[in-house]
Amino acid sequence: MRIAVPVEENEKDICPSFGRTPLFYIYDTDTKEGHFIDNDAMNAPGGAGIKAAQTVIDAKAEIVLVPRCGENAAKALEAGNVKLYESVGLSIEENIQAFLDGKLSVVTDIHPGFHGHGGH
Amino acid sequence: MKLAVLSGKGGTGKTLVSVNLAAVAEQAAYYDCDVEEPNGHLFFKPEQVTEKTVVVKTPEVDPDDCIGCRKCADFCKFNAIAVINDKAMVFPDVCHPCGGCELVCPAHAIFETERPIGKIAKGVSGNVSVTSGILNMGEESGVPIIRTMLKEIKAAKQDLVMIDCPPGSACVVMESIIDADYCILVAEPTIFGVHNLNMVYELVQLFGKPYGVVLNKCLDGENPAEQFCVEHSIPILGRIPFDTELGRLNSNSEIVSRVDDKYHQLFSGILQQVKEAAAQ
Repeated sequence: MRIAVPVEENEKDICPSFGRTPLFYIYDTDTKEGHFIDNDAMNAPGGAGIKAAQTVIDAKAEIVLVPRCGENAAKALEAGNVKLYESVGLSIEENIQAFLDGKLSVVTDIHPGFHGHGGH
Repeated sequence: MKLAVLSGKGGTGKTLVSVNLAAVAEQAAYYDCDVEEPNGHLFFKPEQVTEKTVVVKTPEVDPDDCIGCRKCADFCKFNAIAVINDKAMVFPDVCHPCGGCELVCPAHAIFETERPIGKIAKGVSGNVSVTSGILNMGEESGVPIIRTMLKEIKAAKQDLVMIDCPPGSACVVMESIIDADYCILVAEPTIFGVHNLNMVYELVQLFGKPYGVVLNKCLDGENPAEQFCVEHSIPILGRIPFDTELGRLNSNSEIVSRVDDKYHQLFSGILQQVKEAAAQ
């Protein structure tokens, strides 16, 4: 199973924005290995959440750990059978471990999207 | 002559100015482009109202025909299409209906449907033909409604066409002033008012439109908006006093220039100033 996490450019901290995160960390629970991929939607004029969801689905992730998510991204991820769990704090490793231990809950903060009006 | 009335924020007096300038003209057409919250019709109370629905095209995908090639998703620069489980999925609220996805689809699996986003209501109020754009609640962009109205504004035969713009300086405002011969900026006498005035001042300069300012809610003493006009050599077209009676009439949705001769004179004077300024 693959887990995707939106990550800041420092390759350390979880990014609060799913659609406009610079990177995704893709962790494979079978091989216990992970790698970073670029998020092409980072500077998209619009529809960033949709495009980012496409990237995550194409990376064959089944789980996304994120503090919150826009509704278009959530809709695309749902269609791709990707489940969203709410991350706590900034650490990638701690959140992946917390998810594997069953300590993270399903994301409830699905917002209507910021559509170019900030949100950080 | 087509006059657009702008301000950097709502509640400054755009509708007061546009409605009353139309009312004091011999014959005028009034267009309410503030499609998110049109209120000019509340003053004009137009009769013989007819309504026309405004639709936008939205792509739909036939999943049986979709081959999951992603040509549509790659083409769409607004990212309104994702391809999930080898089937295209459209997100209508971010679609800027261009029809491109339909053109690039090799399987002819995409077709356009029409989706209503609002309406345009037309009626008559004495000497003024009144047109209001009304965007449905929850819709993202009123631009298609304004564009539909612009076609009419271009063809309008009246000597005076008033375009009551949405507040601010975003896309909808830019659309609204495209065909204007002259822009009237309405300003409040506060520091905050100056900030808002500056926004629309920058916009009309960017568009190369001739412009002037109407100072609204004028009190005795210092007027920061007036100082701003003097500093930037912006013509002042008129001053509307901060007046309880005017405020009461206006908030009871009366057209002040139709009910009181002194306001008729006030707005006739402003219209004269605008005509002279626009003729230069």
